[in-house]
Amino acid sequence: MKSITQSVILILLISGVLLLFNRELNEGSKTGKDTITVYNWGQYIDPDLLKQFEEETGIKVIYETFDSNEAMMGKIEQGGTSYDVTIPSEYMVEMMKEKDLLIPIDYSKVPNSKNIDPYFMDLPFDPKNKYSIPYFWGTVGIAFNPTLLEGQTFESWDNLWDPSLKQRVILVDSARETVGMGLNSLGYSLNSTDTKELRKATDKLKALRTNVKAVIGDEVTQLMINNEAAISLTWSGQAADMMFENEDIDYIVPEEGSNLWFDNIVIPKTVDNIDGAHAFINFMLDPEVAAQNADYVGYSTPNLSALDLMDPEVVADERFYPDENTRSHLEVYKNLGLELLGVYNELFLEFKMSLNK
Amino acid sequence: MMKNNNLRSIYTIPYAVWILLFVLAPIGLIVYYSFFDLSGNFTLMNYKNFFSSVYLTLTISSFWYAFLITFFSLLIAYPTAYFLTKTKHKQLWLLLIIIPSWINLLLKTYAFIGLMGLYGPLNAFLEMIGIGKQQILFTDFSFVFVSVYIFIPFMILPIFNALDRLNPALIDASRDLGANSWTTFKRVIWPLTINGVKSGVQVVFIPALSLFMITRLIAGNKVITLGTAIEQQFLVTQNWGMGSTIAVFLILFMFIIMLVTSGNERGMKVNGKNR
Repeated sequence: MKSITQSVILILLISGVLLLFNRELNEGSKTGKDTITVYNWGQYIDPDLLKQFEEETGIKVIYETFDSNEAMMGKIEQGGTSYDVTIPSEYMVEMMKEKDLLIPIDYSKVPNSKNIDPYFMDLPFDPKNKYSIPYFWGTVGIAFNPTLLEGQTFESWDNLWDPSLKQRVILVDSARETVGMGLNSLGYSLNSTDTKELRKATDKLKALRTNVKAVIGDEVTQLMINNEAAISLTWSGQAADMMFENEDIDYIVPEEGSNLWFDNIVIPKTVDNIDGAHAFINFMLDPEVAAQNADYVGYSTPNLSALDLMDPEVVADERFYPDENTRSHLEVYKNLGLELLGVYNELFLEFKMSLNK
Repeated sequence: MMKNNNLRSIYTIPYAVWILLFVLAPIGLIVYYSFFDLSGNFTLMNYKNFFSSVYLTLTISSFWYAFLITFFSLLIAYPTAYFLTKTKHKQLWLLLIIIPSWINLLLKTYAFIGLMGLYGPLNAFLEMIGIGKQQILFTDFSFVFVSVYIFIPFMILPIFNALDRLNPALIDASRDLGANSWTTFKRVIWPLTINGVKSGVQVVFIPALSLFMITRLIAGNKVITLGTAIEQQFLVTQNWGMGSTIAVFLILFMFIIMLVTSGNERGMKVNGKNR
């Protein structure tokens, strides 16, 4: 009994000390005038730039990461956080706008916004870019490793249905992308709301089932790098990560068309330091900073002035900076509303259920 | 006497508060949410939806895999537990089996991705013995194997405890009365440890119904369980109503399993008398 009492006291003492210590730590990083909290995807910024920003402006940056748009919105919606800047994808910008979670950007404080390619501005998901500025953009396509294949080539989505590819194709565990691939391969819109079209796309996907090796998430990057997988449906950014580690891998955007996506800088309503947030956005849009960041992250930058400062070979790479013609076949996701998102997911579930038959 | 009673009711406060806040209230909320559609209107559509072919097939396949996982866990756990009770330092050996279950589930799962990969040690071994490379990851086999690995400690523990409490004199008596070892096992050991097996089945079968991370990482979403469907409904589709409805059914299934596996109390009473 005595030893129990002693250990209870000891535990309480240690907890007390830790609590004090923790409070002390939080005190140091308390948000306010001279700090901002940036809430971004993992590995989605050059950490040197954060240091440079701190040195230039004297504003301390607290950097936190998330791994899905939904998780990010969840945290912002529930409040209790003080994120000053975050980076949702385009459909999430639309959703956050609807839920009144964003604060309009004051462009007088962001002169560097002039550097952004007008092609990527004023898109339907955020007219006049009232709330968001594109951070990176990309496509959805097929990453493949020719050294593991028997000469198959990829130009069209239909190539994935080739009977020689049994158990070779990895799809992404996301309804919009996978059902979208079915829609695209039939020449339908990625934002189709037509039940018949969706039905046809699902049935076409089900015909792919013998070729499907797995339907997974980010783990695919590692599998492709390690030559474990030969073909995967993926985002251009993820393909860039794969190609950086494994030079054999190639990436194409199928000719029928595909998705054009954006990740965008926004100021959520949880903002604490609104001037700091604007200063950070302006800093990230500086051509030199954007060029360095694009070089580090490996995604395509919408910053026109930055392109001049980057390696011409990278900028000329049609896989990541497709020409106008290819771009015209790309489609940006529209927010279809929860009702239809449910339909897409139910069809996707039906497809996944058919895999094990 | 009065004072004693008061004291006892004070003792029950933490329990009552706990049950209310963390068991009854959440279940109540789940049931409540299951009656609402996306736009917040009261509806029974979610329940009707659940009986559509997709969710029904999903439920059946969840049960099938949970059954497989439980069956193989039991098949391995019972002899293991029996063997453990016969060893000299049984608590130590038991501890060695329990310790891996302290490691984070996700970490262990990721480790299996490496182990079962085309260039992993398992395939290297298969190649060495002449079978050649196999696609192990993303199959039914890998899914059941990894799940069994994860659940086995939870199956061994209750069985071990039951076997450990078994009075060895009963076995001697059975042998003295002329029963062979199979009859002894069938008529003495198994009935007296059935409650350990039942609680083992409970702690394996119920979570196995709702596994979700492993279905993606190890089975590549070729196996889908009720857990995966709930996760999707809450995180991706944001249809809390449908997610809650599936959860309501999952809770119902759990109750049924609990009832079935705790129905026969006879063995326990006999056990109680012996002690």
